[in-house]
Amino acid sequence: MKHTERMLLSGNEAIALAAWHAGVALGAGYPGTPSTEILEAFAELGGRAQWSPNEKVATEVVLGVAFGGARGLATMKHVGLNVAADPLFTAAYTGVSGGMVIVSADDPGMASSQNEQDNRRYAVAAGVPMLEPSSSQEAYDFTLAAFEMSERWRLPVLLRVTTRVSHSKTVVFPQDRNGPPQNPHFERDVRGRVMIPAYARPAHRRLRQKLAEIQAWNETSEFNLVVPGDTSLGIITSGISFMHAREAAPQASILKLGLTHPLPMKKIAEFARGMERVVVIEEGDPYLVEACRAAGLPVEGKPEMYRFGELNVARVRRILNGDTSPEPVPPPGKPPQLCEGCQYRQVFEVLRRRDCIVAGDIGCYTLGVLPPFEAMDSCVCMGASIGVGLGLRHVLPPDQARRVVSVIGDSTFVHSGITGLVEMVYNPPPQGHVLIILDNLTTAMTGHQEHPGTGRTLKHEPTGQVRFEDLARSLGVRKVHVVEPRAGSDEFERVLDTCLNSGELCVIIARRPCLMIAKRLKELELTGAQAKDRR
Amino acid sequence: MARVTNIVVAGLGGQGVLKATDVLAAVALRAGYDVKKSEIKGMSQRGGSVTGDVRFGTEVLSPMVPTGEADFLVVLESTQVDAHRHLLRPGGILLSPEMIDQDKLANKKGLNVAMLGALSVHLPMPESDWHKVLAEQFPQKFHESNKQAFAVGRQGQQKNPGS
Ligand SMILES: Cc1ncc(C[n+]2csc(CCOP(=O)(O)OP(=O)(O)O)c2C)c(N)n1
Repeated sequence: MKHTERMLLSGNEAIALAAWHAGVALGAGYPGTPSTEILEAFAELGGRAQWSPNEKVATEVVLGVAFGGARGLATMKHVGLNVAADPLFTAAYTGVSGGMVIVSADDPGMASSQNEQDNRRYAVAAGVPMLEPSSSQEAYDFTLAAFEMSERWRLPVLLRVTTRVSHSKTVVFPQDRNGPPQNPHFERDVRGRVMIPAYARPAHRRLRQKLAEIQAWNETSEFNLVVPGDTSLGIITSGISFMHAREAAPQASILKLGLTHPLPMKKIAEFARGMERVVVIEEGDPYLVEACRAAGLPVEGKPEMYRFGELNVARVRRILNGDTSPEPVPPPGKPPQLCEGCQYRQVFEVLRRRDCIVAGDIGCYTLGVLPPFEAMDSCVCMGASIGVGLGLRHVLPPDQARRVVSVIGDSTFVHSGITGLVEMVYNPPPQGHVLIILDNLTTAMTGHQEHPGTGRTLKHEPTGQVRFEDLARSLGVRKVHVVEPRAGSDEFERVLDTCLNSGELCVIIARRPCLMIAKRLKELELTGAQAKDRR
Repeated sequence: MARVTNIVVAGLGGQGVLKATDVLAAVALRAGYDVKKSEIKGMSQRGGSVTGDVRFGTEVLSPMVPTGEADFLVVLESTQVDAHRHLLRPGGILLSPEMIDQDKLANKKGLNVAMLGALSVHLPMPESDWHKVLAEQFPQKFHESNKQAFAVGRQGQQKNPGS
């Protein structure tokens, strides 16, 4: 496929195009803003892509792809890497024989996230190389390079992007640098891949050795560039902050780091030595500044107030001026809310009326926390509703415990609610518990992706389906109700009352398609049925 | 550094704010400029405020229009004007939906395209490029109503003598 024209691509589209050009055999991930469009765009180009139940599984699938000698891409939002951290840390030990790239799309400023963790820390903690693009062109180039690095050092590589890189559209000249032909095959490597302590000990040493080599190589790698300028001010930066910094201080000298783990400390020291004043401009955690200081370099960081939220040109100017006066507060925009006619409205109205203690979860339905409902009491991470609800039931006085419910969306339930349900069966609270699965037959929050509960693949084609009611019953929950919350019906309310009063373990599946997909769903069900007929 | 033109489009989820910035960015790309387009769309589908930034010129660095540096602020929903006015530079131009005779729109959902029509009067790109991009970026069935909306938007706009 030839792409030589100038294209306007989002960072996510650029990663997808590079993955396509790199010959990625399989892309797997779980939706999450700002990462979601990568796999969708990759599939659109003709790539083989799939939504996995969660990021851990996606990462493991991609690790298998890379053990098989092929190129695999795992995509997720920053918090997804928490879920996938377990395979990540030990995959760094085992290494890979194909190419493995994990995209972590961070969300400084929390445009659509529950925290603003800085995943550069993961590269250090797990010991994997990390590339940080600052534009769509770099997103494209670095993705190709990440696969080359992964194969050269036989290590998973972290491609760390942020919301502004993922979602901004900038100009890309694709290189049409196709990946090498792949020849997936199995090569047994028991000592390399079976991480019993006896084999893991040397594996850890191998990892540190590889990182030392990469660090040396990075001193002169093409990823780190110096933009020459005045020597009165030197700026050390990476990712999107580079763009803000160049605009805020056009005269300054800039060291722009692209391969930010392991860092080229000699190169950084040399740059710093030539400057009268050196300021590190980075979004989020003081990662680069700490590395510089640990190396004894006299650099300035940003005042603590700029650790919160995104950087932009104005904030970079303030950092450079040492300005810590309060920042202007932009007038509030209109907050999002549950759609007019959304069935969750009824659910939250009832929960509020019953004065339930609602252990909530993440999805559109988290908007149940806002007025007029104000019917959610916690939201921490995907799947937490069940564990938190159970914990509350275990310790609260009985009159309060009986009012506790766990509320979770369908995609979230598959992602990490199933183990919570197992916990509920295995360690039931004395007053029982009520789990409400809000099943709108889609992952609405992130733009209506399919998941294992819908029985359709990323490309909306029919596949195996996990049925929540069957699953709950097979785990031993006796009270499983499927209800359709809709205007003019009090079915949901009645069922909820019965469950709350029963003192047993109950699962209520409140099922009704999201309004926004109702039409598409009809079409898909039709084509699905036709496909089945043909089989 | 050569001057960069900064445009912010603001509105509510579902109004086609991001589509409008896509079209604008593609028109600028077509004209040979360096272009960057940025948006925050996280929860926008849920009817919240949405803004999209487009910057074009010889070389664009940050993808976000710095506060107080927008040359144009295009607002699709009048309630959103106050929330975004601070983005405009002194002397920058505000285009608000009152400027459009919405009764004249063949398709009421075409306000975003009408606003682009209004904006196009102030920008250097030829009108034909706008029509080419609109045809590329929308399904066939909207082509006629888009043309009409774009024309409605252009009516009554005068090229700002100051800009
Ligand atoms: C570990 C992790 N991965 C991904 C996300 C992004 N995310 C938040 S909610 C959600 C899914 C919501 O789908 P569902 O549970 O079906 O609820 P709905 O939005 O449809 O109401 C996703 C993907 C996240 N917050 N955390």
